[in-house]
Amino acid sequence: MSTETVSIPPRHVPGVVRQRKDPDGGRRPGRNRMSREGGFASAFTVNGLLILGCAYMVLPVLWLFFAATKDTADLYGTSAYSLGRFALFENISAVIGQDGGIFFRWMGNSVLYAAFGAVLGGLISVMAGYAFDKFQFRGKKTWFGFVLLGVLIPNTATVLPMYLLASVFGITNTVWAILIPVLCNPFGVYLARVYSSSYVPDETLEAARVDGAGPVRSFFSLGLPMMMPGFITIALFQFVGVWNNFMLPLVMLQDQQLLPVSVGISIWQGYSVPQPEFTPMVITGSLLSVIPLLVAFILLQRFWKSGLTAGSVK
Amino acid sequence: MARKTSTMSGTGGRTAALFLTPFFAVFALAIIAPVVYSLVLSFYAQQKSGLGFGEAKTSFVGLENYLQVFQSETFTGGLGRLALYCLIYIPSMVGGAVVFALLLDATAARARKLFQLLVFLPHAVPGVIAALIWAYLYTPGVSPLVQALQSGGIQLNFLDAHLVLPSVVNIAVWEWTGYNVIILFTALQAVPREILEAARVDGAGEIRTALSIKFPLILPALSVIMLFTIIGTLQLFTEPSIIAKATASVTSTWVPNLWAYDAAFNRHNLNQAAAASIVIALLAAGLSLAVTRLSSRMNKS
Repeated sequence: MSTETVSIPPRHVPGVVRQRKDPDGGRRPGRNRMSREGGFASAFTVNGLLILGCAYMVLPVLWLFFAATKDTADLYGTSAYSLGRFALFENISAVIGQDGGIFFRWMGNSVLYAAFGAVLGGLISVMAGYAFDKFQFRGKKTWFGFVLLGVLIPNTATVLPMYLLASVFGITNTVWAILIPVLCNPFGVYLARVYSSSYVPDETLEAARVDGAGPVRSFFSLGLPMMMPGFITIALFQFVGVWNNFMLPLVMLQDQQLLPVSVGISIWQGYSVPQPEFTPMVITGSLLSVIPLLVAFILLQRFWKSGLTAGSVK
Repeated sequence: MARKTSTMSGTGGRTAALFLTPFFAVFALAIIAPVVYSLVLSFYAQQKSGLGFGEAKTSFVGLENYLQVFQSETFTGGLGRLALYCLIYIPSMVGGAVVFALLLDATAARARKLFQLLVFLPHAVPGVIAALIWAYLYTPGVSPLVQALQSGGIQLNFLDAHLVLPSVVNIAVWEWTGYNVIILFTALQAVPREILEAARVDGAGEIRTALSIKFPLILPALSVIMLFTIIGTLQLFTEPSIIAKATASVTSTWVPNLWAYDAAFNRHNLNQAAAASIVIALLAAGLSLAVTRLSSRMNKS
């Protein structure tokens, strides 16, 4: 943060830099030294490399935007980052019209699964993380060890076992096969414990206890509101995690009406191999399914940044 | 849940149980029970009697399924491929993230907020869509990348048997570098400015400061990143299964997760699939444990 004040790079041509090398009377030797070392050259290199890196990150997404505006012929016929005949709305209506609007059914399913996991799964995680932080009980270390074990086992390693168990109970190909697993978020518990210890002061809870509030009431009326930013972060991460999940729904669901958009689009991709006219639909569908997440990420920057920071604290 | 309450005596034990029961209930349902059930399944096999007619019989076969998994050349081949994938992916992704974060933290860097947002952008793109985008970017005819290389006189087929592994690595690098840049950049911002100022006064240049002062200070964050990256690589499933539709170079048993999926849904051998899943989970647990041990020892010294 303080770097922002130190960094003001010379915005002028190199020749002028020397004249202005001593703007604040030598009180900050650091800045002088930097400009003497050729601040312009280093600013050019550093920012040039940053722009290159960002181009690698952004261009593929930009390609998706351009490609979604083209029909099949232009997709193969025009250069990638130019506009062909503007066919975006035709592509969108093709996406909407396919199989009686099944795309929006898929989007709706994704929203349902992801929101359920985010809100209820988030609450479950926050309650557990809060308990690990605020309550003393025997075997706390062991129980938390289970949480960490859950963090360390990769998701995909448990998907087939879940499927095998779910088929015993006959709940494969039902929403429950998705809704139950998405509630389990061990990393959320880990994050919630960090948030609870930094957001909820023990003194506040002690004061509430003296005033006669039970632990459940003080959680819902004090702890949870204080941890709200943390709750939103955990929910956001879980929402994205469920929205992105591919293997679980692929394995669990056969009924097209129950699929989330990730699996749905991959089915269209399969169609597009023998039938290229499906390709614009795959691309436009991909774009439509990405937009909600892009918007969420841009609007909720503060929260994912805080989640990444808290997660890397050991 | 009564058992759990009894183990949690002392102050707050009963309340803690109240708060923890929902989580451990779903934990048991979504992780413990499936793994235990698969463990049991992995010791049995379905055997058809006689000429394959009639009811299949389930019988205890001990470690037979595990032997079959490890004797399968496609499984061990996939394991080797996954190891090679890790060897290419981890240095390039982590190295790229470190370099980008150090650049972002350099005094000369501008528009930090914008760069952070842009670099994080790919992480907002679901894995399936990322794999789809890159599948198109690898396909001649549609791809601006292939076209640009061709006009420069370079003929590359990103999806042939030799290049498909690096191509899949690239998708993962694209998805995960920005995420880790943000973590490392945050760690860099926490480096006390007095230390950097002192280094500058002592005459250390920008690059020297980055390498010998900043880099050692972000090692703890780096070890966490390594841990999660290794767990992540063992999950490899989405990208190859999408790419597999665009090329024959990715087979249905390309990596262990695909092998297990193939065992369950194409070869209909659930017991073998269970054994393979257990092997993958054990491998993941063992590796993460090793990395955790190693990094905590490194941080201590």
